[in-house]
Amino acid sequence: MSSLESIQVATAMHNVEQQRQRAARWRKRGFCLALLGVALLAPLAVYPVFLMKLLCFALFACAFNLLLGYTGLLSFGHAAFLATGGYVTGHLLSQYSGLSTELGILAGTLASGVLGLGFGLLAIRRQGIYFAMITLALAQLVFFLYVQAPFTGGENGLQGVPRGHLFGLIDLSSNLALYYFVLAVFVFGFAVIQRTIHSPYGQVLKAIRENEPRAISLGYNVDAHKLLAFVISATLTGLAGATKTVVFQLASLTDAHWHMSGEVILMTLLGGVGTVLGPLVGTGVVVTLQSYLSSGPLGDWVHVILGLIFVLCVLLFRAGIVGWVHKLIRRNFK
Amino acid sequence: MTLLFGIPLSVMLGQLLLGLINGAFYALLSLGLAIIFGLLRIINFAHGALYMLGAFAAWLGLNYLGVNYWVALLLSPLLVGAVGMAVERHLLRRIAGEDHLYGLLLTFGLALIVEGSFVKLFGVSGASYPMPELLKGGHNLGFMFLPSYRAWVVVAALLVCIATWYMIERTRLGSYLRAGTENPKLMQAFGINVPLLVTLTYGYGVALAAFAGVLAAPIYPVSPTMGANLLIVVFAVVVIGGMGSIMGAIVTGLAMGLIEGLTKVFYPQAASTVVFLVMVIVLLFRPAGLFGKEA
Repeated sequence: MSSLESIQVATAMHNVEQQRQRAARWRKRGFCLALLGVALLAPLAVYPVFLMKLLCFALFACAFNLLLGYTGLLSFGHAAFLATGGYVTGHLLSQYSGLSTELGILAGTLASGVLGLGFGLLAIRRQGIYFAMITLALAQLVFFLYVQAPFTGGENGLQGVPRGHLFGLIDLSSNLALYYFVLAVFVFGFAVIQRTIHSPYGQVLKAIRENEPRAISLGYNVDAHKLLAFVISATLTGLAGATKTVVFQLASLTDAHWHMSGEVILMTLLGGVGTVLGPLVGTGVVVTLQSYLSSGPLGDWVHVILGLIFVLCVLLFRAGIVGWVHKLIRRNFK
Repeated sequence: MTLLFGIPLSVMLGQLLLGLINGAFYALLSLGLAIIFGLLRIINFAHGALYMLGAFAAWLGLNYLGVNYWVALLLSPLLVGAVGMAVERHLLRRIAGEDHLYGLLLTFGLALIVEGSFVKLFGVSGASYPMPELLKGGHNLGFMFLPSYRAWVVVAALLVCIATWYMIERTRLGSYLRAGTENPKLMQAFGINVPLLVTLTYGYGVALAAFAGVLAAPIYPVSPTMGANLLIVVFAVVVIGGMGSIMGAIVTGLAMGLIEGLTKVFYPQAASTVVFLVMVIVLLFRPAGLFGKEA
């Protein structure tokens, strides 16, 4: 083969590759639009409050996945951020009537971000299992603080939090109006996570996940990268918690309990760690299962069943649902 | 009445004793965690559930089979240890060599299953286990009243801790264990049955938790959730001490119990959080932990 021919072949291959990538990108966009379409029409078929619960937990799981799936950090303390977002927002909205809803949510989100900065600064000093134990212990510290603090309402929690008006104008007391607001919040949070993952910064995070010593030797400030990822994750978790409080008009200790930190791990693991859609699917399954079980005869066995799913996921199904589907598609269509 | 910092001495000593008892439990549990971590490289999240299982084994034994406290103190750790060995053999072994986080997640799932089932079967309120006849009552030491059972808990826990330390640091089996912690592959090349050693180690660590559970049964309510919250404090203790040394785990456990006891005297609101605060301070100044070796 002459050199000209080989150049032509190479160019042709390059073109084919480019076309393939373009097609993949369009497929992805089409898929996202379809999902969005389904989300916009969903309240016609399904009870909006359930959908909002799904969206809040899905955002929670996506934020968590940014840390576990893309940075390789297992936080066992994310309940603290969920609860902080909820309590701060709930407290502000109940105390200052007339405060527009989005400002209350913003405050809760920022509070979680600040707490995340504190957690992060301490926890990134250790790696792996220690990281998990430290975040768990810190979250337990926060839990005990919320048990005693006067503004959390102790065991009763904050009840009857007003939903308020969006921008001071749009009444959110109707479930449908609130649903579209929650959907917008979710899309915003999801977009932030997508942008983070696909940015050069996100690539560095993945490098840290794959091989931390190598990332260090390449000159990256690994601790700063981890810390930022932790703060982003905590902030978005706070956003999820704040929104959830507005939806249910309730902030309670359940959100701060370590069971909640475990649940979000399960949602991510079951859906597929480190996949874009995994946390969404995992949340869908876990939340649906919980609300289905709680009304049925197996209501008392929820934790046992979740534990069983946990064990089975770790032993047999580590790629999660989305990872498994990816594998099927790759095997059969390529 | 003698006063110290404006607080009656007897109150102070009483709280210190309570702290020492909690410390003894922290020491037993963190010791088990440290031994298991050394060889298996996993953090046993099921440790709290197994502690609870130990207490329940004693309670069930007493109520259904008439097994008395002293027999339970021996049988319950053996039984729970056997359960632990089965878990290691059939579940944990499958994920050996994978990312250590999977071990944490797997044992977390197991803890949920065990605790969830016990909540369903026995409710959350908990049962009480009668004090053994021999250890009822107490002694008046002049400056404070010392309940016999509480003294026994501290002595028994310390004895077991020290025996464990001796076994690991001074015996041949212990030297295998330490070598296995350093380099399991080389150990296997020398003809030591490392998988068996791993199973036995997990069983022993778990048996320590069950022993602590039986010790706790007469003084704390025997309830399905008794282990979960305790375990998180023990995690903090482990972070504070670092898992580098056996003695470190014991000393840190006792010290944290005492600090908790003192906090109850001076600022009771912080009693549930003080160990976590100490953890924060240690992380700031000595991230590897007080006895930790890693950089």
